[in-house]
Amino acid sequence: MTDTQYMAPQTLDEAVTAFAAGGEAARILAGGTDLLVQMGAGMVNPGVIVDVKKITELNSIEETADGGFVVGAAVAGAVLEEHPTFGKVWPGVLEGLNLIGSTQIQGRASLGGNLCNGSPAADGVPAMVAAGAVLTVQGPNGRRDIPVKDVPTGPGKTSLAPGEIAVCFTFPPRPAGSSDAYLRMIPRTEMDIAVVGVGVNLTMKDGVCTDASVGLGAVAPTVLLVEDAAKALIGSKLDAAALDAAAAACSAACNPIDDKRGTIAYRTKVAGVLLKRTAAIAAKRAAGV
Amino acid sequence: MSETTNKWIGQNTIRPDGAPKVTGSAAFAADTNMPGMIWGSVLRSPHAHARIKSIDTSKAEAHPGVKAVVTAADIVDFPVDTPFPLGIQDMRWMCRNVMAREKALFHGHPVAAVAATSEAIAAEACKLIEVDYEVLPHAIEIDDALAPDAPILHDFIEFEGKPSNIAGTLEHTKGDIEAGFAEADVIIERDFTTRPVHQGYIEPHACLVSVAADGKATIWSSSQGQFMVRAMTGLLTGIPQSDIRAIPAEIGGGFGGKTIVYLEPLATILSKKSGRPVKMVMTREEVMRASGPTSGSKSTIKIGAKKDGTITAAEGIYWLQAGGLPGSPIRGAVGCALAPYDIPNGRTFGYDVVSNRSKVAAYRAPGAPIGAFGIECVLDEIAEELGMDPLDLRLKNAAKEGTQAVHGPTYPLMGYVESLEAAKAHDHYKAPLGPNQGRGVASGFWFNAGGESSAQVNITEDGNVVVTTGHPDIGGSRAGIANICAELLGIDYRRVSVLIGDTATIGFSNLTGGSRVLFASSIVVTESTNNVIGTLCALAAKIWDIDPEAVIWEDGEARPAGANAGQFPPLTLEELAARANESGGPIGAGAQINTTGAEGGFGTHICDVEVDPELGTVQVLRYTVLQDVGRAVHPSYVEGQMQGGAVQAIGWALNEEYIYNKNGHVDNPGFLDYRMPVASDMPMIDTHIIEIPNPKHPQGVRGVGEVPLVPGLAAVRNAIHDAVGVRFNDLPMSPPVVLDALDMAEAAE
Amino acid sequence: MAKLHISTTINGEPTEYLCAPDETMLDVLRNGLGLTGSKEGCGSGDCGACSITMDGRLVCACLVLAAEAEGSEIETIEGMADGEALHPLQQKFLEMAALQCGICTPGMLVAAKSLLEQNPNPTETEVRYWLAGNLCRCTGYDKIIRAVMDTAADMRGAA
Repeated sequence: MTDTQYMAPQTLDEAVTAFAAGGEAARILAGGTDLLVQMGAGMVNPGVIVDVKKITELNSIEETADGGFVVGAAVAGAVLEEHPTFGKVWPGVLEGLNLIGSTQIQGRASLGGNLCNGSPAADGVPAMVAAGAVLTVQGPNGRRDIPVKDVPTGPGKTSLAPGEIAVCFTFPPRPAGSSDAYLRMIPRTEMDIAVVGVGVNLTMKDGVCTDASVGLGAVAPTVLLVEDAAKALIGSKLDAAALDAAAAACSAACNPIDDKRGTIAYRTKVAGVLLKRTAAIAAKRAAGV
Repeated sequence: MSETTNKWIGQNTIRPDGAPKVTGSAAFAADTNMPGMIWGSVLRSPHAHARIKSIDTSKAEAHPGVKAVVTAADIVDFPVDTPFPLGIQDMRWMCRNVMAREKALFHGHPVAAVAATSEAIAAEACKLIEVDYEVLPHAIEIDDALAPDAPILHDFIEFEGKPSNIAGTLEHTKGDIEAGFAEADVIIERDFTTRPVHQGYIEPHACLVSVAADGKATIWSSSQGQFMVRAMTGLLTGIPQSDIRAIPAEIGGGFGGKTIVYLEPLATILSKKSGRPVKMVMTREEVMRASGPTSGSKSTIKIGAKKDGTITAAEGIYWLQAGGLPGSPIRGAVGCALAPYDIPNGRTFGYDVVSNRSKVAAYRAPGAPIGAFGIECVLDEIAEELGMDPLDLRLKNAAKEGTQAVHGPTYPLMGYVESLEAAKAHDHYKAPLGPNQGRGVASGFWFNAGGESSAQVNITEDGNVVVTTGHPDIGGSRAGIANICAELLGIDYRRVSVLIGDTATIGFSNLTGGSRVLFASSIVVTESTNNVIGTLCALAAKIWDIDPEAVIWEDGEARPAGANAGQFPPLTLEELAARANESGGPIGAGAQINTTGAEGGFGTHICDVEVDPELGTVQVLRYTVLQDVGRAVHPSYVEGQMQGGAVQAIGWALNEEYIYNKNGHVDNPGFLDYRMPVASDMPMIDTHIIEIPNPKHPQGVRGVGEVPLVPGLAAVRNAIHDAVGVRFNDLPMSPPVVLDALDMAEAAE
Repeated sequence: MAKLHISTTINGEPTEYLCAPDETMLDVLRNGLGLTGSKEGCGSGDCGACSITMDGRLVCACLVLAAEAEGSEIETIEGMADGEALHPLQQKFLEMAALQCGICTPGMLVAAKSLLEQNPNPTETEVRYWLAGNLCRCTGYDKIIRAVMDTAADMRGAA
C-alpha cells in the first residue's frame, strides 16, 4: 500500500509541477467519476492525486469573439448544460457529455476526464471528434494543441505525454446552417456504457450538405473519425442513397469486439442505423427546425 | 368486496417505521458501529473449481493489526452423508457455502476471513494467506454440467448409479399423460431457457457481531429471519442458540436472497477469537459473485388441446442450476408450472443440477417464474393455433374452487378466474396498438406459506398499544399489522406501535419468505389482540361488578352488552389501562402458532411493448397486474408488491443476466453491467386488486408478494411476439438477441 | 498515511474532520461523522443510494473524495427535515407508500429535492430520467415517480 497524497492547487503551473513530479502513480482528479471507481476496485493506487477543480482555466467556459468556444477540461456536464449558448451551438457535443452516467455523475463528470480516461466507448468523445475540437494540454515542456481525434491511442491510452494535463477544448466557430447530434445505443434507457455511439456534425445549405464529419465510438480500440461516411454525406441532400452509403461506411469502419455489452455483428449493424438517425437529427437542427 | 364497516383494514395508513426511513435515521445492518469494533474481510477463491490442498494463514496472522483469522477448520462440519435439513436448507451445504471445505466450487467462494483494525488491513492480510489449490476443470452452464465428460463437482453425488452433477429430482403427475396427448387436436412442444438473475437488493449483506467474554454472542444483521440467523450461526459455530441474540436490523431488500447466512458465522468466530466486535460488509462485487441468484434453467414444454381449447395433457421437464451445492428451487418450478389450470393429465419433472456458480438462494416465488415461463409461452402459441383469444384459452382451462392441481392440492375458494375476467374487461386489453407494438398476457401461481409466528400485544399504562412480532419487515408489513390491531381494538392506528423483536424478546418466528408475513403475523396478532380485549372486558366487568360475558368491546371501549347487563358509562382503553392493577396487573397477551391455511395466490398480467426493429430494443409501454390478494389490509403496499414484482419480471425478461468469461468468472459483477431496470425504463405499472377473501384467515389475507413475479417473463415475451411475429424461447430478450432474431426471420422470408 | 484536516459545512453546521487523502466522502459521512442516512449500495456511482448535494450540485458521495469538501456546503438526507417538520417530499413518500424496504429512500429523496429545486414542474419523463441513477428494486418506481410529481404540484400550489 502506497501512501496517497491529495492536493488541490490554485494554478495550472503548480498542478503541472506536482503531476509531473508524481510520475506514473500521479492521477488527475477532475470529476473523479472514473478515478474513484478505479481506486475503489483496487485497479489504481495513486501516489498523488492532483485535484484540478480550483484552477480557473480548467473550469471556465468562454465564448470567443468569432463564435467559437473554449471549454475547460474539468467543467462538469451539468455546468456546461447550464451555459446559455454552448448547447445551442454544439447540441451534439453537449448531449454526448450529458449522456455520461446519471444526474449525479453529471454533477462531476467532465469532457477532459471522459477523453483522458481513454475508453473507446466514451460518450463525450465522438461528437467532439466530429466537431473538430482541439485539446490544449500543458506539461513540463509547455503547452501544445492536439486534435481530439488524435488523443485516444487505445483502450485506456492517450497521446498525452507524461506529466501533461488536459487544460481546455477549443471548438471552432461555425458557418450558418451548422449543427450536430450524438446518439448512442444502450440496452437500457440510462446508466449504461455505449454499445455504439455516433456523433455527426453537419453544415447544410439550401437543403444540401456542404460539410460533414462523423465520429464513431465503441466499435474500435479508439473513437474513430469516419471520413468515408462524411464524404458520402457531403454534396447530398441526405437522401436515402447518401444515408445508406454513409451507414455502410460506418459499418465498414467498425473493428469491434464481442463483449458483455454487445457482439461484433450487433455493433457493426447498429453503427449504420445510428448514423442515419443521428444525421437526421443534426440536419433538422441545422435547418433550424 | 371489503366490508364497509372496516375503519383501518383497507386504509392507506402511514407506516410505523416511516419517519426514520425518510429522514435517514433507520438503522440498516451496515449502520451500526460499536466501540472497539474491528473489520472482517473475506478471502475468496480465484478459481471456479479447485481442490484446496492446504491453507497457511501464518503470515496473515502475523500482520500488524490482524486480530483473528478463520478458515473452514473453525466451522462445524456437517458430513456429506448425513442430511441435516433446516427449513428448506441443508446444513451440509450451508457449512460448505459459507466457507469452502474440500473444494472451492465457484469463483468468489470464501476460503478464509480475517479481522483487523481496519478494512484496508483486513483486505491486505487476506492477500497474505497462502492457499495451495489444485485447479480443476469447471462447468458453468447446465449443458456443460450434464455433458458425458463433465467435471463432476461432488464425488458423493450419484444419479442412476453413476457420478453425476444431477443432485436431485422432483416429479408431479396426474392422470394418464400419454392418453391425454392422444386425445389432443393440437400439440405444441418447445424448448426454453432462462438465465440466472440476482435478487438485486440495494443493501449488500452486512453484520456486526460481538461475542462477550462469557461466550454469548450478539448479532446485528440484515436478514429475512433473525431466528434463521440464530439457528444457522449456532449450528455452524457450535454456540448454543440460547447464547446467541440475533437482532434484526432494518433490511434493505431481500427478495429471498437474505434467507440464508453468509457473513454472520464468520464474524461470530472472528469476534470470539479476537474478543472484539467484528463488522463485515460485502461489496457489491462480492454480492454479485458470491451471494445466491436464482437458477438458470432449461425446459421442454409440451401441451395438447382440443379444437375448443380444452387442454387434454401438459408436460414440463425442467433442469435448474443449483450453483456449486445442491438445492435449486425445483419444487417451485414443477409445483407452480401448471397450477393455474384444470388439467386432467399432467406431469412435471425437475432436475437439480450443480455447476461452478455461486449457490442459488431463494428469489421471489423461487422456481415459479421458471416453471410458468415455458407453459405460458406454449399456451400463447396454442391460442394462436386455435384462433382463440389467449385469455379465453386460459378461462376455458382455469383452475377454480374444487380443482385438483397437478401438484396435488384441491383448491378452496380462490380468484384466478376473476383475474382473467378482470383482464378481459380492462380497458388496457382493448386499447389500440401502433406499428411495432404488441400485447401479451400470462398468468402465474405461488403456493404462499404459513408456518410459525409469534406476537406479543401489550397495553401501555397510558392506554396505547405496543405490538411485537418476529419477522423482519421487508416491505411495509408493520403498516398492515397496525391496521389490523387498530381495527380489532377500535382505536386510531397511530396509537399502535409495531416493532420487530429480536430472538431474545419474541417467540420463534419463521422467515420472512413465502409471502407469509402478513398472513401469519395477522393470525398471531389477532389472537393476541382478542385475548387482550378479553382481559379488558374482564377488567371492566370487575369494575362494574357484572359478569364478564355481559361486557362487549366496541370503538375502543368496554360497554355493557345490553340493557340487561346494567347501566354503566363505557370504560375507554385509557381508563382501563390506568386501572389495570385492580384486576391482575399488566394487560398484554402473546400468541405462538404454527399457522395454516395459507392458500395459493393467482395473478394475470397484461403487457404492451414496442420493439425498435433496427436496434432490437424493447420498450414496455403499458403494464397491468391483476391479482387475487384475498384482502388488501394496506392497499398501497399491496399495489407496491404487485408493481415491484412486475418490474423485476421485466428486468429478468429483457436485460438481466450473469455473463461468465472463459475462466468461469462473472464478468459483470456490478450494477453497471448487471442491468436492472432504472426509472426511465419503466412506465407506470397499473394494478387491479381482486379481493376473494381467504376463507381460512381471520381477515381473509392471502400472500401477495411473490405471485407478481411469476407471469411477467411470459407476458413480456408474448407481447414481443405480438409486436414482431417472432417467438423468443430464450431469456433475456436483450437488444442483440432480438435484432439477430429479427434479421434471421427477415432472411427466412 | 497523514490525515488531512478538512473544514466544511454539513447540513448548515460548520464541521471539521480528519480524513485519509484517498477516503471517500461517503466513508467519512458514515463512519467518521455518524451520518449513516447516506447508504452504500455499490461504491461505484451506479445506485445513487449515497446521493448528497455538494455546493448545491447532486453527486454520489462514494465518488467524491472527503478531501474535496474543504470549504464546501454539503447537504445530506439528515438535513432534509426541519426538526420534526418533514420536507414535503418526505411526507408525500410516506403518504403514497413510495418506499418499501427504505434503503434507496434517502438517496431518492435527496435527488428528488434537487430536481424540484431546479425544475418545479417536471414531466413524468423528466422525473424518470433525473432519477435514473437511483436504483430501487422494491417499488418498480411507480409510487416514487407519482410522489415526486404530486409533491411538485403541491409545492407549486403553495408557492
